[in-house]
Parts: sequence; C-alpha cells; structure tokens
Amino acid sequence: MGKYLVDIKNERLSFFTPAGEVKALNDVTIHLEEGEVLGIVGESGSGKSVTAYSLMGLTAHPGKLLGGTLEFNGHHVENMTEKEMRKIRGNEISIIFQDPMTSLNPVYTVGNQIEEVIRLHTDKNKAEAKARAKELLELVGINEPEKRLKQYPHELSGGMRQRIMIAIALACEPKLLIADEPTTALDVTIQAQILELMMELKEKLGMAIIMITHDLGVVASMCDKIAVMYAGRIVEYGETDDIFYNPQHMYTKGLIRSMPRLDTTEHEKLVPIEGTPVDMLNPPAGCPFAPRCDAAMKICLNQMPPQTDLEGCHYTKCWMIQKEQFEAQKGEA
Amino acid sequence: MLKYIVKRILLAIVTIWAVATITFFLMNLVPGGPFLSEKAISPQATAALEAKYGLDKPLMQRYTTYMWDALHGDFGDSLKQRGRTVMDIIGRQFPVSARLGGVSVLVALIVGVPLGCVAALKRGKFTDSFISVVATCGIAVPSFVICTVLMYFFGVKLRWFPTMGLTTWKHFIMPVMALSFYPTAYIMRLMRSSMLDVLGQDYMRTAKAKGLSGFVSLFKHALRNAILPVITYVGPMLAYTVTGSFVVEKIFTIPGLGGEFIRAINGRDYTLIMGTTIFLATLIIVMNVVVDILYKIVDPRIKLK
Repeated sequence: MGKYLVDIKNERLSFFTPAGEVKALNDVTIHLEEGEVLGIVGESGSGKSVTAYSLMGLTAHPGKLLGGTLEFNGHHVENMTEKEMRKIRGNEISIIFQDPMTSLNPVYTVGNQIEEVIRLHTDKNKAEAKARAKELLELVGINEPEKRLKQYPHELSGGMRQRIMIAIALACEPKLLIADEPTTALDVTIQAQILELMMELKEKLGMAIIMITHDLGVVASMCDKIAVMYAGRIVEYGETDDIFYNPQHMYTKGLIRSMPRLDTTEHEKLVPIEGTPVDMLNPPAGCPFAPRCDAAMKICLNQMPPQTDLEGCHYTKCWMIQKEQFEAQKGEA
Repeated sequence: MLKYIVKRILLAIVTIWAVATITFFLMNLVPGGPFLSEKAISPQATAALEAKYGLDKPLMQRYTTYMWDALHGDFGDSLKQRGRTVMDIIGRQFPVSARLGGVSVLVALIVGVPLGCVAALKRGKFTDSFISVVATCGIAVPSFVICTVLMYFFGVKLRWFPTMGLTTWKHFIMPVMALSFYPTAYIMRLMRSSMLDVLGQDYMRTAKAKGLSGFVSLFKHALRNAILPVITYVGPMLAYTVTGSFVVEKIFTIPGLGGEFIRAINGRDYTLIMGTTIFLATLIIVMNVVVDILYKIVDPRIKLK
C-alpha cells in the first residue's frame, strides 16, 4: 500500500480541566487514502470531533496532544507551528461544521466570506476571487449566485447556508474535507440533498472525506471505511461491509441492533444500549464499555483489551474475540 | 429608511415636548425664585423684575408663552445674567464642554476597546485580572476623587500640568483623564464580556479553520460583532459628556456648560434651566438615532422600523 493521505498513529490527547485530566483520545490510529471516505461514528463525547480537529491543529483550549504522530499529506501536524498550520487550513484540509446557522459570520456578505479564503490561499485578485466564488456557488448548487454573493447569511435558509459552508471549504480544492455532523442541524429532506451533494463533489474533485456522525445510516451509504469510537478509543475499525455484516465489538453490535432496519419482521423491537456513557474524568480500569456490555467478563473490568487484527484492515479491541480465538486455537490443538 | 427617519423625528418632537413640560412644572414646584438673594431687595424691585420677565403671570399662561416662544426658536433671556440670551450662553459654553467631552470620549474608546479585547483574549491570566481591577476602580471611584488626586500629583507636586483653564493642550490632560476614567473602565468591561461571547461563537471557529491569522480573525470577524454593546453605551454617554461635567469643570475652573447648568438650577434661572434641559434632551435623542443607524451599518440583521 502506498503512502496514506492521513496517517494518525497512537494519538493521545487530554483536556486538562479544573476538575482533572480528561483523556479524550487514547491510542487512536487512523489511515486514510486519497479519495477515500472514512466515517467516524460514536456517541457524544467519544472523541470523534476531537480526532478530526486535532488533525487541523484546532484542538480547543485546554486540550493538549500528549503523544503519537499525525501525518497529513506529508506534513507532520504534531510538529507544525501555528503559522505553518494556517497555510494548510482552509487550503489542503477543510472542515464543515454541524450548525450552518451559526458557522457563518452574520455581519459579512456570503461573497465576502467565500472570497476571503480564496484570497488568503491563492494569489487571485479581487475580481478573480469573485469569479471563483460565483463558480463555487454554482458548483454547490445555489441558484442566482450573483445575487447570493451580495446577501447576508441571515437572508438564507439552513440548507443554503450549509451549501455555502461547503463552498468555502472547497474553495481551494482541499485534499481532505472533514465533515463534522454536517446534516445534524438540518431537516431530513435537506440532509439527503447535502449528503448527495457531498458525494457528487467528492467524485468531481477527488478529495478524501472524514465524515463525523452518529447516524449509522449516513455512514453505511457514504463511507468506504468506518471507525467506531467509544470513550476516546477506536473500538472497531474496518471496511463498511466489515462493520455492518461482521461486527466484532459488542458496542458495534449494540449500535447496529439499535438501528431500525427494513428487513426485520414486523413489531420487532429495537434494542437500545442500556446504561450511560463513561465518566471521562474517572474512566474504568478495563474496557470502557464493560459496564454496559452484556457479555462482560471478569477480565473486561480489569484490563484493557488488546487490538485484534482481523481480515484486511478490520480490527477490534474486545476480550470476547480474544477468547473466541483462544478457544478456537485450543480446539485445533 | 425615509419612513424610519420621519418616524424618529416625530417621536423626537413628542419626547422633547414631554421633557420640556415636565421640567417646566417641576422647576416651578421647587421653592425659591431667581430674585431671592442674601441681599434683601425691596418688594417693589422684585415685583418690577417679575413683571419684566413675566413671572407675575399665572403658571399656565407662562407655560404657553414659553412653549410658543420656544417653538419659534426664542428661548428667552437669562434671568440671572443680565443682557444675555439663553442661546448666547449655550452657544458660548457648549463648544468648551464639547471639545473637552469629545476628546474624553475619544480617549475612552481608544483605550477602552483595545484593553477590553486584550482582557478577553488573555482571559484568566494576569493581564485580564489587572485590567479588571483597573476597570472596577474606574467605575467605583467618583470623579471628584480622581480630579483631586490628579491635581495633587500632576498639578501641585510635579507641576507638569496647569490646574485651571482650558487654553493649551496641557490644560486638557488632567480634565480629560478625569472625564474619561469612568467611560474607559465601562467600555473595557463591556468590550471584554461581549468579546468573550463572540470568541466562543461558531463563526470564529470557521475563521480559524479557514486559516486566517489571529489578528485578522479578531479585527475582521470578532470586533465588528463585539462592538455593538459599546456603540449602545457610547451614544448617550457622548451626549452627557459633551454637555459638560459640573465636578470636573468646577475643580479645573473650566467655563463649560456643565457648571452653567448647575448654577442655573441653584439660582432658579428658569429660562436657562429650560434651555439647557431641552438642549441636553435633543442631544440625547440625536445620539440615539445615530446609534440606531450605526447599529444598522455594523449589523445587517438589524432592521430599522
């Protein structure tokens, strides 16, 4: 396999809050090739966004990178200064946020906010930047681009604003687009439109996408690979098919069971995952999911499960699979 | 926009009329009169004076006469300063106070806005605490204390600046410091809290994600959003400051409108009280309209209705 576009190895990141250290990321490893779509799923606070933000050097105060390497497009992000990082942001790597209603500055026109990023990273002059902005608006499917450029964010709908955020993100044709729950704040029909647009643009421009979401339906239809996160760890990683048809971690299984499906018999109840997410200030010694896991064993509570590599890039961190493999070996012997 | 301006002008007329009416009756309710003094004047002389200025007429009649004249731009003669009309007095003293007040507000903005921003950016650090302490002092310490302290150190001990009058730039320094201390402190606090609010907004994260430098993010994206509360405050504050401060003018012996206003009240100089009050009310109304229009310019979401 060639060089990865994104190569995060053993990333550890903590937030040093007044209440104590919150280990937001523990040993997170992610690879992504050019043009690939990676979905990161997990519940709130599982570290999905923190992973993506750290790759852009946007870790919020009081977060601190404690270890690991973050490589993006040949840059070593962990060693880069803020000034070097600024040249990459919005240029080689872009992001669209969850809430398009608040992500645009209310006091500047749409045109101003798109042209700004073009002029920052290219040497286009004002007229050229404007022409490019118009082109971008057409690209993201906004009608009357000339008129929209002169409008303010509050004059546009949520879906339209998210399209503008996408236009800003794609202005400099980035290698990687991070989409941080891009459709959560939009209504369902608009959600589908935005996702469709993103896939269409991916085909056209060939960028890689990291899709952060807690909607498994979204990742199933869009992603090549999926990382399932729980309590700051990737508990399972693999091709989309691996995750959906051959889930190994109890959490992944639980997530899939809790999702409505079309192929089940009528009146079948959805199975929720019982319990509450871990207290990240006082994480348990063993597997963080153990307190909520139906199949938890003694060892799960005391010791962190090691990584078990499966077929291809598929891996998981669960004692169950270790046990199964062990028993299989014993049976053979 | 035109509709808005017409509406504001009509409203302003009503407001000024109400202010004038209330002031007129309240002022006449206060015991005493313009011609009482330690030196007893004969009742005949008092009666003659009252007759000359129309004070012997019934209150309602005096009110209608005053309003009618005022409507025609005639605010009458001062009752205490012989031979000078109210307009003369305002016309001569106001520029003095306005210059001093204008400079003070400018200083307050130039110092207060950046320091407020700095405090917000350095939240929780020493710089922030230091600025907050200074700001609290600025709000808590009354101006006469500041005047006295300034005068003692810079005027008497160090002899750097003259202590009275308002002729050279050196004369301006101490009164401007005294006048701008409170608004500077207030603007700092306003700026700090609104800046903190803005810095936490999603669009600031967008600005950073675009690769903009901290400087551009702050001055282009944050400042314009954060400045709104300051504009609200500065408008009316400017009206008050340019009409002069009694305390500062008294201490530094500056012939401004602030002192005139207080002297008029103490001397029951009815026409001058009315004149200065209407003048101040008009100024405040004008400033409020200016604030509204500035608001609209700074924040396109605001609609003037």
